Order: sequence, then structure tokens, then C-alpha cells
Amino acid sequence: MVPLEHVIALSAILFTIGTLGALTRRNLIVILMSIELMLNAVNLAFIGFAWAWGDLAGQIMVLMVITVAAAEVAVGLGIVIAMFRNRDSVNVEDVSLLKW
Amino acid sequence: MVGSSESELLRLIPALPLLAALFHGIVLSLVRRESPRVFVIGLSCGAVLASFVVSVIALFQLVELPPDARVLVDGVYTWIGAGRFSAELAFQLDPLSAVMILVVTGVGALIHIYSVGYMDDDKRDDKGFQRFFCYLNLFTTAMLLLVLGDNLLVMFLGWEGVGLCSYLLIGFWYGDEFNAYCGSKAFIVNRIGDFGFLIGIFLLFWAMADLGAASVDFRDLAAQAGALAGKSLALPLFGEVRLVTLAAISLFVGACGKSAQLPLYMWLPDAMAGPTPVSALIHAATMVNAGVYMVARLSFLYEASPVAAAVVAWVGGLTALFAATIAVAQTDIKKVLAYSTVSQLGYMFLAAGTAGYTAAIFHLMTHAFFKALLFLGAGAVILSMHHEQDTDKMGGLWSRIPRTHAVFLIGVLAIAGFPGLSGFFSKDEILLAAFTSHVPGHMALWGIGVLTAGITAFYMGRLYIRTFHGECRASREVQDHIEDPTETVLWPLYVLAGLSAVGGFIGLPQLYGDAIFGLPDSNSLALFLEPVVGGAHHEIAHSTEWLLAFAAVASAGTGGALSWLFYYRQPDLPLRFRESASGLWRLVEGKYWVDEAIDASLVRPLVTVSDRVLYRTLDAGLIDRVAVDGTANSVMGAAKGVFRHLQTGLTQSYIFLMILGTLAVVGWLVR
Repeated sequence: MVPLEHVIALSAILFTIGTLGALTRRNLIVILMSIELMLNAVNLAFIGFAWAWGDLAGQIMVLMVITVAAAEVAVGLGIVIAMFRNRDSVNVEDVSLLKW
Repeated sequence: MVGSSESELLRLIPALPLLAALFHGIVLSLVRRESPRVFVIGLSCGAVLASFVVSVIALFQLVELPPDARVLVDGVYTWIGAGRFSAELAFQLDPLSAVMILVVTGVGALIHIYSVGYMDDDKRDDKGFQRFFCYLNLFTTAMLLLVLGDNLLVMFLGWEGVGLCSYLLIGFWYGDEFNAYCGSKAFIVNRIGDFGFLIGIFLLFWAMADLGAASVDFRDLAAQAGALAGKSLALPLFGEVRLVTLAAISLFVGACGKSAQLPLYMWLPDAMAGPTPVSALIHAATMVNAGVYMVARLSFLYEASPVAAAVVAWVGGLTALFAATIAVAQTDIKKVLAYSTVSQLGYMFLAAGTAGYTAAIFHLMTHAFFKALLFLGAGAVILSMHHEQDTDKMGGLWSRIPRTHAVFLIGVLAIAGFPGLSGFFSKDEILLAAFTSHVPGHMALWGIGVLTAGITAFYMGRLYIRTFHGECRASREVQDHIEDPTETVLWPLYVLAGLSAVGGFIGLPQLYGDAIFGLPDSNSLALFLEPVVGGAHHEIAHSTEWLLAFAAVASAGTGGALSWLFYYRQPDLPLRFRESASGLWRLVEGKYWVDEAIDASLVRPLVTVSDRVLYRTLDAGLIDRVAVDGTANSVMGAAKGVFRHLQTGLTQSYIFLMILGTLAVVGWLVR
């Protein structure tokens, strides 16, 4: 049996990696992947708690998150393609036009 | 006063002109086109005439009651009810208000009819036939509220209402900026007085609440007069002051404003900027009498406070003399009459202060007759002179406008106190009241009264001679077209002339009643008013009375004769006098420079302080610039200089800040 603490620790580590990736990388596709990593870190935490407390609500929540994440990927990749067509680049620094 | 009877009739008296005014107002503001003139005339004059008829019927109901129970009451509804305090919108008719409503509706109706003729040929851009009658009806309503109200609050409602209408009508021809200025001046000076009036009401209410009868009803006040007289009040500077004295003087300040007494008189001469019927109705016959009516209505307060009564008497006496001397040197026909009105109102207060309330009301009534006559006569002269008001450009009019001349002459004789005419009797009563009173310096007051009678005769004679006799000084074109005005203008004058001539017999002093007609109770007006204001109780021999009457007549006769000598017999005398005493002449002609002095000492500093300190420094500088603009500018500066750098355009920096924020919130939640 894996203790709950280990599951949560793994989830936290994955989430932090995802966050740092989203903050530091400039490639929009990598940022999207990092966000995906964050979402799945959260999913892992949900599953862990649902298993530990025998509550199915956590698992249902995970299904919801996966659905939304699929939609998010569709929209995100759509934006990436639109951006690449317009700018020949997927670097976020090239679209920092809305500023002072 | 024993009991009171109900009468639903009373509410009709102010309601009828109010309905007419409302109708005109609605038509003018919603339809925005004048109704046909015939209709306007019919409605306005009809409403006031109907009101007069109802007043007469109410008077008959009143006299059927026994003399000491002559009060009719009509409670319409509870206007203000708050805890123990309640003020009814209620009307009361007693002999005092009966005299007043008859004057207001009677003289008012005549002036309405006269206005039809006077306003007919108005060709100015800012004319407004229906607007004029709307204001006139509204004024009549307010004046009737004032005299019929059965408590101080209803009276105050009317008091403010007449002030408003006075303002509207003085500035009726608003195209001239000067007229608008005069209207504002009247309104502002009146507001100063009204402030005193309000303080008086508050003091009385406070005292009444203290006595357990929270009410400002006249009958409640009269019933508590004894208890009120015992109360006193500690003031910061004056120490212990009797409450009745304070309240009575505060109320009298209001009367000074409304009735143009020293030192608040200067709006009245300027009020002559309004159309002449307005001067006759508001500034001679009705509104300016409101102060006198108020003092008579609250006579129990002034009886309880000899100090306040002395103040009233002396202010009245001094005003009478002061205004009369100014009238001597004016050339504008309406200005002379205006100062004469101030002077005659001074007479009324002189009488009221010396406990001659019946004499005051008597003079109020006769003055309403002859001063309305004089103003309307002056209006007729002005009409026939094609809107010329300066007597310097008149003269010799008696043969050209004989009918106007005849009625004007009756008015002049009545105000000068020609024996047998109305002014003679009422002035006599006032002088008698002053002579027999116990006010400090009452002999001096009597002397002032007699002297003023002489000056009155002098300036009225001067006005009459300069207008109607001698060479005509008008220009050729004007001279060719001088003729009597239309019948609509003239016949109200005939009625008023009749009243001015014989109106005095309603209050014929007992002296003449005994001597000439052998009547036992000749002074019916005084007997009628006695239950309300108390009778004149002078124990004085008939021989002394004859002597007093003779002194007044002699003074008036001297004044009249002097004016005849100065302006008719030897027209160069005034010029020589002007040269030999030029300083005195300029002082009087300049109206003692009171307006200028007030302008320099009060108005100008006030305007300067308001402009420089309050407006430019405090309002524009401190509040607008520092407080309002300052906050906005500093927020804008911070945003421009510092906070805009938060807006990097890089999504990742936003995410970073968001995460920091989330961490902070979560950290605070789980701390």
C-alpha cells in the first residue's frame, strides 16, 4: 500500500514542475503542456483523496477535469496554429503587444 | 373668546383664486399657448369676485353670532402631525380677519379688473397676459391664507407665498435686468425678515411645548398668554430675557421686512419696477399690511411685553417720519407713492405699538382704499402719458385727463387728512392712541405723528401740483396724445374714490359721533374688532380730543399750504431753497444714501468675501483644486508613473502575479 502522503507529495512535485514550466518557458506549446501537467497533478491529488477516504466524488471530479482539459487543448492548439499562421512563431514574447 | 362655530365656507375663499391660478399655470406650462383673453379675464376676475362674495356671506354668518363668540373655524385637514404636535390646515374667521379678507378680496377684485385695462396694450417682448393673471391669483390665494390661517404655520405659508408672488410680479417684465434685480432685492430683504419671523415661531412653539400644549394655534397661544408671559430665557450676551419680549421682537423683525419698516424698508421703493396694478395690490393695499395684521393678531404678546410694544411704536414712528422726508424730494410719481406707503405703514405700527390696534387696522383699511386709488390713478396717468413716470415731464394734466384728475385729487385729500375723508379719521385715531398711551416717550411719538401728517400733506400736494398743474413739460408728440384711459381702467378708480371719501365713517371716532350725528356707538369698526384686539380705553376729555384733531389738521393744512406756495404760487422758491440748502437737499434727494451705505458696508464686503475667500480660495482653490482635482491627479500620476509597468503584455508575468496572489490568499486562509 502506498501511503496517501506519497501520492500528495508526487502531486505537489508535478504541480510545481508544471507551474515553473508555464512561468519560464517561452514556447506556447510547451506552456500548454505544462498546464496539462498541472491539471494532471491536481487529478492525481483528487484520486489520492478519493481512494483514501472512499469517496467517489473525487473520481467524478477527475472525469470532469479530463473533459475540460480536452476542450482546453483543442482551443489552445487552435490558438497556437492561428498565432503561427500570423506571426511565423510560437514564442509568447512575440505576442506581448497589449502593454503600456 | 368663548366658543367657535364651524363653517365650511371659509375654505372656498382662498380655494377659488387658487383654482384659477392652477388652471393658468397648467395651461401655460403644458399647453404653452395663452388661452383666449376673454376666458382669462372671466376666470381670474370671476374667481376673486366670487371669493369676495363668499367673504361677504361669511361676514354675515359672523355677525349673527354674539359679539364675544364671533369666531368661525374651518379645519380642512391635519397638515403636520408629529407626536404631540399637530398643525391643522385650518382657517379662522374673526372680526380681525374678516376686515382683512374684505380688503384683500374687495380691493383685490377692483385691481384685477383694472389690470385688464392696464395690461391690455402691453407690447413688450416679455409680456404675458395670462402669466400676469396667474401670478395675481396666486398672490390673492397666499394673502388669504395669511389672514385666514388659524395658526402661525398656515400664516407663515401665506407669508412666504406673498413674498414669492411679490418677487414674481416685481420682475414681471424680466426683459429688463433692472426689474429682475429689484425682484431679487425684494425677495432677499424679505428673507432677512422672514428669518426673524421663523425664530419667533420656534420660540413660541418651544415655550408652548414646555407648557404642555405643543401648538402654534392662535387661540391656544392666546389662552396661554398668561403662562407665556411668565417664562424667560437666558441668552449669552443679554442675560435673562423675557420670552415674550424676545418672541415678539423676532416676529416684528419679520413684520419689518414684509411691511417695509426701518431698517428693512429699502426694497419697497425698488419694487415699483413692477407693473402699476402690482404696486397697488401688493405694495400698497394688501401684502405690506401683513406685518400690521400679524402684530394685531398677536396683540396679546405685545400687550404682555411693554418693551416689544415700545420697539414697535418707535420703529413705526421713526419710519413714518423718515420715509415722509424722502418722499419730499422724489420726482418719480410711483417712488413718491412708495415712500408714502412706507410712511403710512409706519403710522400703523405706531398705532399698534401704542395699543391702538383698532386704529392700526382702521388705518390699514382706509390706507388700502386711498393708496390703491392713488397707485391706480398714477397708473392711469402713466398710461395716458405713454409710460412716462417722471413728474418732471408732467404738469397741467388736469384739463387733459379730467376724470383721472378728479379721482386722484380725492386720493390726495384723503391721505393728507382732509377733514371728513377717510384718512382724516384713521390718522386721528392713531394720534389719539399715541397721545394716550404709556409707551416711553409717547408725547414725542405724538409729535412725530403730527409732524409727519404735515410732511405728508406737503409731498402729496407737491406731487399733485407737479402732475396736474402748471405748464405741461412733456414732449410735443406725447402732449398730442394725452387722454383719459379706457372705462375698464377708470371705473375701479371711481369705486375706490368713493370708498376713500366715505370709508372713514365705518370707524367714525366717538368724538364726531357725539358732536355731529348724535350717534351713541359711532365707531362701529372698533366695536367690531374689540373682542379680538381689545378696545381703545382712553380716558380723555372731549376738549383735549378736539385740540388733538385741530393740531393734526393745522399741521396738514400748513403742509398743504406750503406745497401750494412752493409749487404753484412761486415755482422758483424750490429752486432758491435748493440752492441755499443744497447739502440738505442732496441728502434727502439721495434718500439719505441708505442704499449706498448698505451697499458699501454690507453688500459689497459680503460679495467680496464670498467671491475672494469663499468662492475663489475655499471652493475653487481648496475644495475643487486640492481635494477633488488633487485626488484624481495623484491617482493618475501614480498610474502613469508606477503602476503601468505592471502591464507587461507577457502572459507569464500575469500568471506569476496571479500565483503570488493565490498563494497569499491560501497562506492567509491556512495560517
